[in-house]
Amino acid sequence: MRGRENRNLLLMVAPAIIVGAAFFLLPLARLAVVGATGKLGLAAYTAVVTNPQYFEALASTIVLSVTVTVATLVIAGITGVFLERNHFFGREALISMLTLPLAFPGVVVGFMVIMLAGRTGLIGELTTYFGAGRLVFAYSIAGLFTGYIYFSIPRVILTIMAAAEKLDPALEEAAKSLGANPWRVIVDVILPALKPALIASGAVCFATSMGAFGTAFTLATDIKVLPIVIYTEFTLLANIALAAALSMVLGVITWATLAACRVAAGSTAAAAG
Amino acid sequence: MNGKAGTAIRLADCAKTFPNGTRALERTSLEMRGGETVVFLGPSGCGKTTLLRVIAGLESPDPGGRVYFDDEDVTNLPIERRNVGMVFQSYALFPNMNVADNIAYGLKVHGVAPDKRARRVDEMLEMMQIGELRERRITELSGGQRQRVALARAIAVQPRVLLLDEPLTALDALLRERLRIEIDVLLHSLGITAAYVTHDQGEAMAIGDRVAVINKGAIVQTGTPREIYYKPASSFVADFIGTMNRVDGTLRDGSLELPGGRIFWGQEGSGAMQVLFRPNDARIVPEAGAPLRGVVEQVFFLGDRTRLHVTGVADRAVVVETTEHGEFQVGQAIGLRIEPGALLRLRD
Repeated sequence: MRGRENRNLLLMVAPAIIVGAAFFLLPLARLAVVGATGKLGLAAYTAVVTNPQYFEALASTIVLSVTVTVATLVIAGITGVFLERNHFFGREALISMLTLPLAFPGVVVGFMVIMLAGRTGLIGELTTYFGAGRLVFAYSIAGLFTGYIYFSIPRVILTIMAAAEKLDPALEEAAKSLGANPWRVIVDVILPALKPALIASGAVCFATSMGAFGTAFTLATDIKVLPIVIYTEFTLLANIALAAALSMVLGVITWATLAACRVAAGSTAAAAG
Repeated sequence: MNGKAGTAIRLADCAKTFPNGTRALERTSLEMRGGETVVFLGPSGCGKTTLLRVIAGLESPDPGGRVYFDDEDVTNLPIERRNVGMVFQSYALFPNMNVADNIAYGLKVHGVAPDKRARRVDEMLEMMQIGELRERRITELSGGQRQRVALARAIAVQPRVLLLDEPLTALDALLRERLRIEIDVLLHSLGITAAYVTHDQGEAMAIGDRVAVINKGAIVQTGTPREIYYKPASSFVADFIGTMNRVDGTLRDGSLELPGGRIFWGQEGSGAMQVLFRPNDARIVPEAGAPLRGVVEQVFFLGDRTRLHVTGVADRAVVVETTEHGEFQVGQAIGLRIEPGALLRLRD
């Protein structure tokens, strides 16, 4: 009986295993092998640390992604809790506007940043009009930051709203009755309750930022993020082995971060019951 | 310590209208003596929780309403500075803290030193008899244990008033009874002023020094459990608390005439009227020579007492309860005697 159930189960997951193997595991293995078979050999994998150009790209990608993640969690965390608790005219419209960026590819987001803060952008026009000179930041790290924040917010805000909905208002009232001021209520009650949601959505936000290509490509910033470097090595310089090695490194770092977050979220989830 | 006196609470003209226009509480004035337990009793949605939240400072009364703790006007004082203890139906324990940290939370917020905090936590654990739960996670506790921790947490800071919002409603019947007795003993040994919200009339009668019956946002009667039970001020109170017989009779020459006989009542006036009495106020007597006569229609043996539905006495079946051991048969003819003092007339 048991054996047959297991066989049936195996039969049912077989398509998933085949597709996963064909389109994920095999290409990944191939990528790993290719990465080690260039003229640098296995050293291609260490190039990301030894080559200052690549290392700088990796470092700035990580710094950018971490900063974007933290900023997004702060912005979307506050907004998400606020939207969950306050019902006002136009709330639904505002929520759908905040989730709109999900519909745009990175290229369009980059284009929008240029429209906002590029050489002929809205902000530049305004600062010129007010005699403060032309403010242009689309092509710097600030431009990247703006674009990344824009497409990261919807990924976090919906998760936070769902978590905030489950918050028992009595918990906050209990804390207040015991003398906690609003700030302490946030630190002692709201943040611990939102922690699993913050970790989960923060991880998604970080992974997306690490791998984002379209926005950075459109903005063509002076700072090179790792996906752009991989693209350049592969398409323009035909340095396929190095591109493969860099891809593996990017993948492993992102994957490891996600795994660590899952462990952290798992332990808090267990603690919260 | 606050001493045995406890804080007196006074509400003056407190009404509450919510922003969406819902009138949760009509203009209400209420006085709670120091150390007294007052139960707010009423059906769900009657405004009893709103009243509790006005005292707590979680809701501010509409303009004109004032809340006093002793002589201090606390109307504009936010909850975190009122020093009130709250106990909720959902326990509302902090899931990210263990039992000891939950109990210590209020002390920590008040800046009590760690060693003093630990001593007070020990004291509370002992008082609630939950010493073995000290290091437990909240998720490992049963409902009854959680509510004991919640009580300990609320009392640890020595609040001026303890506010309990349906604290036993989430528990099963046996545990509810046990914890109710514990809470009763606790409140009176601490001498703390307490407001206790419930929809359960049995709980209200058992725990309240006084009961405020609330309906549609207004207190309809305040009194001791005995007063509320035997001298209900309105038919709402009469029906909400326990079983009440309601019969139509005629008053003539100082006696009340019913289809099953007549009772000397000694009341002035005459004419048709509605009269009420409690099931345990009708005594079963031998049929011969009884002032009222009827026939047993249904018998319910409840263990400590027997409940009978009796027809023929009045225009409808009346409920009679007796603690006698004798057996009753359906169809049996019985006599009833009701003392004049047990008969009630309501104005509404």
